[in-house]
Order: sequence, then structure tokens, then C-alpha cells
Amino acid sequence: MDSEHGKNARFGMVIDLDRCDGCGACMIACAVENNVPPGHASATERTGITWMRVAAVESGQEYPAADVAFVPMFCQQCENETPCISVCPQNAVEIDPATGIVGQIPQRCLGCRYCMTACPYHARYFNWRDPAWPEGMDRQLNPDVSPRMRGVAEKCNFCHGRLHAAKAKAAAKGSREIDPADYVPACVESCFQNAIVFGDLNDHESEVAKLARGADTFRFLSRLGSEPKVYFHSTRPWVKEMAESTLTRSKKENGHG
Amino acid sequence: MDSTLIPRGLERASFGKFLLWILPWAALFGVGLYAMYLCLADGLYHTNMDNRFAFGLWIYLDLTVIALGAGAFFTGFLLYILHRRELSAVINSAVVLGLICYSGAVVVLMVDVGQPLRAWFTFWHPNVHSMLTEVTFCLTCYLLVLAIEYAPIVLKNRRLRQVPRFLAFEFELHKVMPVLAGVGTFLSFFHQGSLGGLYGVLRGRPFAFREELGIWPSTFFLFVVSAAAAGPSFVLLTTWLVQKITRKQLVENEVFMFLGKVSGIMLLVYVFLKAVDTLVWINSTSPAAGFPAFEYYARTSFGTWILFTEIVLLGLVPALILVSGRLRAKPAWLFSAALMTCLGIMLNRFVMTIQTLALPTLPFDEFLSYAPSWEEVATFLAVLAYGVLIYSLTFRYTVLFPQERDLLKH
Repeated sequence: MDSEHGKNARFGMVIDLDRCDGCGACMIACAVENNVPPGHASATERTGITWMRVAAVESGQEYPAADVAFVPMFCQQCENETPCISVCPQNAVEIDPATGIVGQIPQRCLGCRYCMTACPYHARYFNWRDPAWPEGMDRQLNPDVSPRMRGVAEKCNFCHGRLHAAKAKAAAKGSREIDPADYVPACVESCFQNAIVFGDLNDHESEVAKLARGADTFRFLSRLGSEPKVYFHSTRPWVKEMAESTLTRSKKENGHG
Repeated sequence: MDSTLIPRGLERASFGKFLLWILPWAALFGVGLYAMYLCLADGLYHTNMDNRFAFGLWIYLDLTVIALGAGAFFTGFLLYILHRRELSAVINSAVVLGLICYSGAVVVLMVDVGQPLRAWFTFWHPNVHSMLTEVTFCLTCYLLVLAIEYAPIVLKNRRLRQVPRFLAFEFELHKVMPVLAGVGTFLSFFHQGSLGGLYGVLRGRPFAFREELGIWPSTFFLFVVSAAAAGPSFVLLTTWLVQKITRKQLVENEVFMFLGKVSGIMLLVYVFLKAVDTLVWINSTSPAAGFPAFEYYARTSFGTWILFTEIVLLGLVPALILVSGRLRAKPAWLFSAALMTCLGIMLNRFVMTIQTLALPTLPFDEFLSYAPSWEEVATFLAVLAYGVLIYSLTFRYTVLFPQERDLLKH
């Protein structure tokens, strides 16, 4: 997993919000790849599981200046004082120093949901009921990824099944280094707008590292200091202002106008 | 029918009356058990918690009952370590209340977690950096201490005293009580504090996050002091309530006065520390994380009134009443202030649990609401019913208030 500029890799993403059209293909690809069960008939936006959710954010301006941005939100892979790691009482959340990926170990999870409370990005999901696939749909389960049981938390892990497959392929060739082309998360692969760029942030020549350093690139809640490895890009001023603002509220819920 | 079990020299209601008293509580407890069964057997979808509101009524209950149950450790500390002998009149009651509160909290926690059979994992491969690990360790150990402290109360039962071994065992247990009180104080300091730290360490929740003092966030110390304030008030209130229900004087008025004084002093210290902490948080901690503190209160549901109620109306006001000897001497003022103290601490735990989760962190997310399901409420009420049942049984069949017999003679 060595990169040319450092001992360990730091996998990250840059998402171009000006390209994302909110089609939701990334959400579907993610669910299929990671054996996320279809939501129960009674599931809501807040009880269903979707490792990646795409939020539609409006500029709040009147027509013709009205605008909308689609923001894919998922585990931001924080690397500094990762909020979910320190709180877990039984070490069910770990950061892999070789990849920088924050992983969830469902077999250890107690289901206390303290990590979900700690995550500022609301990127963690709980199995409120037993996972179930409609008859026939179970035949398309990904054999490289274990489905999770009831009562545990789960989240995006940059498709660890694909990482393991890439490692196995490299090992078969007698190499310890994976080919970047072999490790592409499902959301990146499925995005037909090419809005998501993935790679090693430690490799300064990689496209993802160049974009992360570039102008008009930002991170959500950067002032919390958790150093997320997922970046966003937009040239629209209101989108950048929105990302840097903190609490926003609608007139309806704001008693003071 | 059960007169041979009732301690000599004490007057208790007839068995029929007692049965009438406990039956509704037993029924409520039964409904709660059924709700718990549904959650354990089917899954936590029976609750109204969700991925965004991952903690709810049950965590609020845990935090609250553990604060109220602090009377057990603090009364033990004052009696056995600081030798305030007047508290021997309520120590048994404080221990029973502590046992009820702590065991109730542990049972609810077991229903609340998704995989309760994995609870032992925390002991097997603990994350020593997690506040929840500290809570789990101290809570488990302290529950064991409370069970040992409860044993001599039960063994004092008239029939059980006829067994010589029980009598000897009870005598031996009394000798180690000061040690147990010390251990209990030590453990309580850490778990009361860790429960506060639980929220104070949440860097991702700037509403709850607080600066560190040493290795713990300030909420660690605030929870310890506030629990020490609420505990004596809760012992005072329950004793007064039992007096009203049984229409008997169980302790001398001086005991109430002393409990009120202790509670008032601790509450005054707490209000001062809380005020300083709030000012530091408003002016430094929260803005540094990018969140101007006034934004939290610019909502219809949780305005600044909640902060004012918590610190002034249910903090400073009862503290001043309780520290004033003149006001404390008037029962109406004393019991009202004790009630306000308990309500203030309950409000603080509500703010930490519910308000923290209701406030969004991402700029495009909205304020969240949550209302518990009937299963959550029934489980909550089952803990109350369980408490009433255990307390009633202990009161009927053991000497819960050592002064009761003497007061009856006068």
C-alpha cells in the first residue's frame, strides 16, 4: 500500500458539486455493492439505511437566480481525532493506518449508537430490524461483502470488498502495490457525470490530490478540526458560502425570523 | 397474613391494603416487560429513535435516574467518611433508592443496545479512550457495591434474623460498610463524571462539546457536582413522600433540614461552575468550532428560556432557599426547593441528551424532532413501577428508617 511520497496511503475523494445532477446512481451502486438491504415498507428517510445520501440544497433565491446543488453525504473519513473512533466502547471502529480508511467492525458492535451521536455528518446508520431481501433479490448479493445483522451500526468504508479484491489481484502478480485502476469504489464507477474523483491523497501527482489542493475546493464542517478526507468542489459562490456556514434554519422553525 | 415478616414494633397496613397498593404498579411493570420483550425479540424499530436521533427517552432516563440515585453514594460518603451521624436515619433508604436507580438504568441500557449479548465485549476488549467504557466499568462495579450494601437491610428482616449464619453475615457486612462507602464514592465520582463526559467529548456536536480540564471535559465535573446536589434532595423528597403516603413520621425534622442544607450547598457550587462553564462555552468553545452559540437558541422549541430555567429558576433559586436556614425551616419551602433541585437536574440531562441531538450540524440539515413510542414510554414507566415495588416491599418487611420505631413511641 506504499505510495511514492509516503509510507502509507490516504484514500480520499473530491466531489464536483457543479457536475452532480442528483441522479442517485451512486446511492444505488453503493447499496448493491455493499449488500445494503432494501428499506422496509415502513422505513423513512431517517430509519432506512443508505451509506450515501444525496441532499438537494436550494440557494434560496428567486427565479431566475434560483439554483440547486446536490450534495452527496457519506462517511467523510475523518483522520484527526476521528469522532466515532474514540467514543466506541469496544473498539468496533478503527482507522487503518495503511489506507487511512475508517472501518466499522459489525461483529464487535454493541449497537449502543454512541458513534452515531458523535458523527457530525450523520453518516452512520443503524440496523433497526433484521435485514431482508425480497425473494430473488438475494441472489444478487455481493459474495465479497458480509451483510450486517440487526442491532449494529454501519457506514461507508470506501468499498472495502473492492480494496481486498485489488490487493488479491496485486498479490497474484507478486506485488504489494495495488494498481489504482483496480480499486475504484462503486459510487465513483457509477457516476456518469464523472463528478467523483477517488485516489491516494498522499500521492501528490494523483488527480485527487491535485483537485483537493485546488481552488474552489472545500470541506464541510472543517472548523471542527476532524480533517475529513472527502473534499467538495464548486465554483458557485453560494455553494461555498453554504458549506462554510453553520446552522441554517427555515423561517418556519425560526421563531425570531 | 404476613405479620410474622413485619419488623417488631412497626405498624404496617393490612396485607389486603398493601396488595391493592402494589397491584397497579405490578400491572404497569408487566406492560413494561412486554414492551421490553418486543424490542429485544423483534428489534429496536419498535422505538421512535432513528439514525439521526440515535439516543432518546431511555438514555435520558439513564442519565436522570443515575443523578437522582447519587443520594446513595453521597449519603454514604457523608455518614461513613465524614461521620455525619444524623444521616444514619436515611442511609438505608438512600441505598435502596440507589440500587433501584442503578439497576433500573442497567436493565434499560440492555434493552437500548442493539446487541445486548455482546455487552461483555466492553470488558474483553475495551476502548480505554471511550467515556462509555468508563461508565460501563464503574456502573457495573458500583451496582455490585450497592447490592452488597442492600444485603444487610434485607438480612435485618425478622424471619431472616432467625438464621444464625445470616445474623453473623450481616454483622460482618456492617464492619465493612465504611470501606464500601469509600469504594462507592470513588466509583460514583467516575461514572457520574463519565456520564457528563459522554457528551462533553463530542467534538462533532458543538452544542455539547466542552473544553478539557485535565483529561476530562468540564461536563465531567459538572455532572459529579450536580449529582451530589440532586441525590440528597431526592432522598429528602422520597422520604417526605413515604411519610405522606404512610401517614407516619419516619425521620426527625432535623434530618430533612440537614439533607436540604447539603443539597443547597452543592447546588450553589454547581450553579456557579455551570455559569462559568456556560460563559466560556458561549464566548470561546462554540465559536471556535464555527458555531455562534446564540444560533442554538434561535429556535421556537429551545430558546434561551431553557438556559434561564436550568441555571436560574431551577438552579440558583432553590440553592438560595436551601442554604437559607430561615427558609429551610419552613417545610413548604424546603420540599419545594428540593423538588426544584431535582427538576433542574432532570432538565439539564434533557438538554444534554435531547437538545444536543435535535440541533443539526450540517448547514443544509434542519432541526429534528423526536417523540418516544409507546414501547419506550412503557419501558420508562416500568422502571418507575419497579422502583415503587422494590421500595414498598423493602419498607414493609425491613427497617428502612431506624428512627421510625422511636418516633412511633412518642
